[in-house]
This record gives sequence, C-alpha cells and structure tokens, in this order.
Amino acid sequence: MSRAVVQLQHITKTYDGLAAVDDLSLEVFAGEFLTLLGPSGCGKTTILRLIAGFEAPDRGDIRIDDVRVNALPPNRRDVNTVFQSYALFPHMNVFDNVAFGLKLKGLQRNAVAERVRDVLEMVQLGGMETRRVTQLSGGQQQRVAFARAVVNEPLVLLLDEPLSALDYRLRKEMQLELKRLHRQLGITFIFVTHDQEEAITMSDRIIVMNQGRVEQSGSPKQIYEEPANLFVARFVGEINTFDGSVEAAGADWLTVRIHGTDFRLVNKRGFRSGDPVKVLLRPEDLQIQKTEPADGKPSLAGAVEELIYKGSTVDVIVRLTDGKPVYVTEFFNENAAYIFYERGQKVWLRWIDRWEVVLPDA
Amino acid sequence: MRDRSLFRRLVIGVVFFWITVFVFFPNLLVVITSFLKRDPIRFVENAFTLESYVNLFDPVFFQIFIKSFKNALVATLVCLVMSYPFAYLLCRVPRRMRRYLLVLVIIPFWTSSLIRTYALVILLKGNGILNTLLLATGVIHQPLQILYTEGAVFCGLVYTLLPFMILPLYAAIEKLDPLLVEAAYDLGAGRVHVFTQVILPLTLPGIIAGCILVFLPALGLFYIPDLLGGAKSMLLGNFIRDQFLTARNWPFGAAASVILTMVMGVMLYAYYRSLKRFNASVME
Ligand SMILES: Nc1ncnc2c1ncn2[C@@H]1O[C@H](COP(=O)(O)OP(=O)(O)OP(=O)(O)O)[C@@H](O)[C@H]1O
Ligand SMILES: [Mg+2]
Repeated sequence: MSRAVVQLQHITKTYDGLAAVDDLSLEVFAGEFLTLLGPSGCGKTTILRLIAGFEAPDRGDIRIDDVRVNALPPNRRDVNTVFQSYALFPHMNVFDNVAFGLKLKGLQRNAVAERVRDVLEMVQLGGMETRRVTQLSGGQQQRVAFARAVVNEPLVLLLDEPLSALDYRLRKEMQLELKRLHRQLGITFIFVTHDQEEAITMSDRIIVMNQGRVEQSGSPKQIYEEPANLFVARFVGEINTFDGSVEAAGADWLTVRIHGTDFRLVNKRGFRSGDPVKVLLRPEDLQIQKTEPADGKPSLAGAVEELIYKGSTVDVIVRLTDGKPVYVTEFFNENAAYIFYERGQKVWLRWIDRWEVVLPDA
Repeated sequence: MRDRSLFRRLVIGVVFFWITVFVFFPNLLVVITSFLKRDPIRFVENAFTLESYVNLFDPVFFQIFIKSFKNALVATLVCLVMSYPFAYLLCRVPRRMRRYLLVLVIIPFWTSSLIRTYALVILLKGNGILNTLLLATGVIHQPLQILYTEGAVFCGLVYTLLPFMILPLYAAIEKLDPLLVEAAYDLGAGRVHVFTQVILPLTLPGIIAGCILVFLPALGLFYIPDLLGGAKSMLLGNFIRDQFLTARNWPFGAAASVILTMVMGVMLYAYYRSLKRFNASVME
C-alpha cells in the first residue's frame, strides 16, 4: 500500500459534551479517492474540519504528510476544501476567485494568469474569467469552487457533499467529471456524502461512519457485498434481513433455520449451534420461482403482493406465508425480457449459494 | 378592494401632507431666504441678491467650513476605528449575550442627547467627576483642563454618534458568511489578508452607511461644540445657529445651511450609487 498522507490517530471531538467524533482513527493514502459515508450528523463534516484545521481535536493527533499538525492553522496546511455551499467570494469575478490562493503564494502575475486559465479550461469554464460568480449557474459555481481549490495543487482535497445542491442529472454528470479530474490531477480526494450510490460509483475506498465512529472501511464492492455489520448492511442499499437460528454448525458450514426452513450456508464467522443470526440478502440476489423447486433444495414460500416497475428493473414485494414482506429486484434481460406475475400468485424464493451474508444477531 | 385603495390613498395623503408642510415648505423658505437681502430689523428685505452666497467665500467662513469638515471627519474616523472591532466581536459572542450588548448600545437613545451632553459637562469640568476621581486616586495633582478643549468636543461627538456607527457595522458584519472567512484561510490567507481582501470589502456598505450617519450629524450638531468646546470652537452648526439668533443675518445663515444640505445631498447620492453598484455585483 502506498504512503499515508493523512492520519487521524484516536481523534475525539466533542461539542457541548457530545462526541461528534469518537476515538476515531483512519489513514488516507496518497492518490486515493476516499469517501466518508454516513447518515446526517455522524461527524463527516467535523472530520473534514479537523483535517482542514478549522477545529482542533480534544484528544488524538492529526498528521498530514507525516507531520503532526494539531496546532497548525488552516492557512498553513497543504489542504484545500471545496465547501458544500461553495463559499465563493461574491465580490470577485471568476478569475479573482480562482487566483486567490496563487496570488497569496506570491506567484508572478503572468504565472497566475496562466495557471488560472489552465485550470478553468480543465473544469470547462474557459473564457468565463470575467464573469461575476453570482451570475453563474449552480453547476458552474461548483466548478469554480473546485478550480479555486485545486489550482493550489494541495496534497489533499477535501470535498464536503459538493454535489448535493445540484439536480439529479447534473449530479450524475459531475460525478463522472470529478472522477476524471481525480485521475487527471493525481491529488488525494477525501469526499463526503450521505448518498450511498454516489459513494459506490465514485470511490476507491469507502469509510462508513455512524455516530462519530468507523463502522467499516473497504472497497465499494466489499462494503456492498460483505457488510461488516447490520448498520453498514442497512445503510448501503436495500437489503432483506431474516431472523434465523443456527441449528448445526461445522468449521466452514452451518445450517440456519429461516422462517421454518433449514438452509445450509457458509460459516465465515465461527458461529456455533444455537447462535441467533441475521441472514441478509440484497433484493437483486433473490430469485423468484413460479413453481415449487423440484430439486429438493430449500426455498421460502410466499405470494406476490406488489409489482413496482422501475424502468430497467421490476421490484417485487413477496409476502412470505408467515407475513414477512421480502423485496426482490428482477432485471429485464434476454431470458426475462418480459416479467410478469399476478398479484396473489404463489411463488418460491431462493438465492445463489454464498451470496448471503450471515451476521450475529446483536 | 375599494376599502384598501381608500386606506392606501389616505395613508399616502397624510404622509404627503406631512412632508409638504414640515419638510418641503420650511426648506423652501430657507432657500428663498438665502437669496434675499438682509434687514437688521425685519430680518429680511424683499429683494433678490446673491450677496449671501458671495459672502460664503469670505475666508473666515471658509475656515469654519474646512474646520467643521475636518472635525467631523476625525470624529467619524475615531468612531469607525472604535466601532469596527466592537461590532465584529458583537457578532462573535453567543446570541444571548449579543442581545444584552446591543441593548447597551441602544440605551443612550432613551435620553435626549442634549441632556447627555450636559452630563458630559459635569463629568469633564474642572471640579467634575473625572478630575475629582483622578485627584483622589493621586493620578494627577491638579485638575486637568478637559472641558472647553477640542478634545472635549471630539469626546462629545464620538460619544453621541458612536451607536450610529456601531449599528450599521453590526448589521453588515452579521450578514457576512463565516464560511467565506474560512474559505480565505483555507486558501492560505493570513489574518491580514483575510481582513483586507474578504471581510473589509464585504462589509463596505456598512462602513459607508455608518460613516455617513456619523459624518453628517457631526457637521451640524451645534450644541456639542457649544457646550463642550466653549466659545473657542466655532463650527458650521453653531455658526448657522448664530447667524439666525445672534448676528441676525438670516440670509447668510440660510445660504450656509443650503450649502451644507447640498453637500450632504451629494454624499447621500454617492452612497446610493455605490450601494447600487455593490448590490449589482454581490447580490443576484
Ligand atoms: N459547531 C458545532 N457546535 C455544536 N455541535 C456541533 C457543531 N458542529 C457539529 N456539531 C454536532 O456534531 C455532530 C456531527 O456533525 P457533522 O456536521 O460533522 O455531521 P455530518 O456527518 O457532516 O452531517 P450532515 O450529513 O448532516 O452534514 C452533530 O451532532 C452536530 O450537531
Ligand atoms: Mg456535513
């Protein structure tokens, strides 16, 4: 693994006695696109403010590029921020906004102008130098805010929900653009969002947070497919949770009874007979069968309750015989170009071996 | 619908009447008077003349004019320098405390400023409270001559006009988005640059408004130089007053007053224009 450019070591930050960040440690590696993902109020912004230097931790050390920076003011840290509300200087035009940091560094006028032009070109705002920032659209302001930060070539760029003020289409567009710029610039990005889909599409690595702590750190695939706990599983995408109990267990296998049916699953966490567990399945991992499986393998019986057409998919709500609703997503493809179920139709649910996640029932 | 338009007409009518009778006519009279001839007994003589305006070019008057401007300017600057940090801190203290502090700023308005000026006399005079206190504590050994000096006049002007500077500054600084200040630090600016390049330009409308609210009264307030500066301190305000009450030269007093009004008008217009430009650039 490459070098850690930012290290938070056992950071605690409290406001009025309440911990916004609670004994949190994390490392950010050079060049990566790291996303902090978590619900509102979990401390994401606080972490960025700690790294930027707007807040000081109550306990713990912050290191940037292997130097302890706890006491270093924001203007002396090699870090720049793209603020959620952009915070563009309203009394300056686009050029002066972007040039702000460079001028402070005492660069020559020509050099400043050249750098600003290049960066504006890069964010597709070429020729907009003299426009007032208040006359720009949301997307353009977003680009100026980005340009104003990256023009200083910081070691780390902090982005606090930079896309949340944009409409859906523009957001999608800017997601791709940010990815492109990240690759092009090679700067380390720490990106904050509470939108799991955004986190999954954009990141090299995601840190899922809750109440000031790290719940899980991993690649988008790991976070989605192997959630470390129920919080992560539920926060990152839709998921069905089944209560189960371990009937029998071996070193690498276990039998779990779910709604009266025994399933033989993989034992990844050393469960033992009698343990209560949660079996988690994503809607797209479940398969609907219209007839009772003849191969004798276990399945969950139920009836179709609702069909929700989503364009490229159909969401089916199946109510199990004991009353539990289960969400299933079916994709249209060549062998299912036409998905049709009747309400009330009897169906059987199963899934491909090993696609389930079994977690202790805490 | 009819009722409302009737009410509207009534309100506008009353305001219009008020302004006509109490603002427009008196000022018109002043303007007319300034073009008339002086008459020692009947105050004015019904004859058109530009004499009063010509007299304004008298070096004596010119000096009073300059000195008044200088004094008002200094008082304004002192107010500004004192108020800015105060208004800035006011925006940074917790909300509850802020309310109390604002009330403290406003309390002096509850008493007539004339009475407060007399209070200053009692404070500053030879055997006044300040001197007594300083003598008693042994800081000085004979009473200081504070009253009837330029210093006392400034003291009075600044004391009386300070709230007029603090309030617009407070309003402007409160509107300043703290994120903009953070953004400036984030981009590498130190305190000085943050102040000169972000805070100052964005609070400029408040600074200009405060300066006008202090400068204009400072030019015209006649009782403060009168009471605190004694006879030595002749400023525009008491000069005009004297023309009417002592020298009995109404046309000359009126002409000086017209000039003063015009200067103020020009400044207000400049403020209005600059504010419009500022808004056009800052607001959407
Ligand atoms: N300046 C402050 N004073 C008091 N409490 C604060 C302050 N800043 C943050 N907090 C509290 O700290 C906690 C974490 O806040 P933070 O802004 O970091 O959350 P967040 O994850 O960024 O949330 P969001 O997604 O809503 O932006 C919250 O409970 C918040 O109320
Ligand atoms: Mg936040």
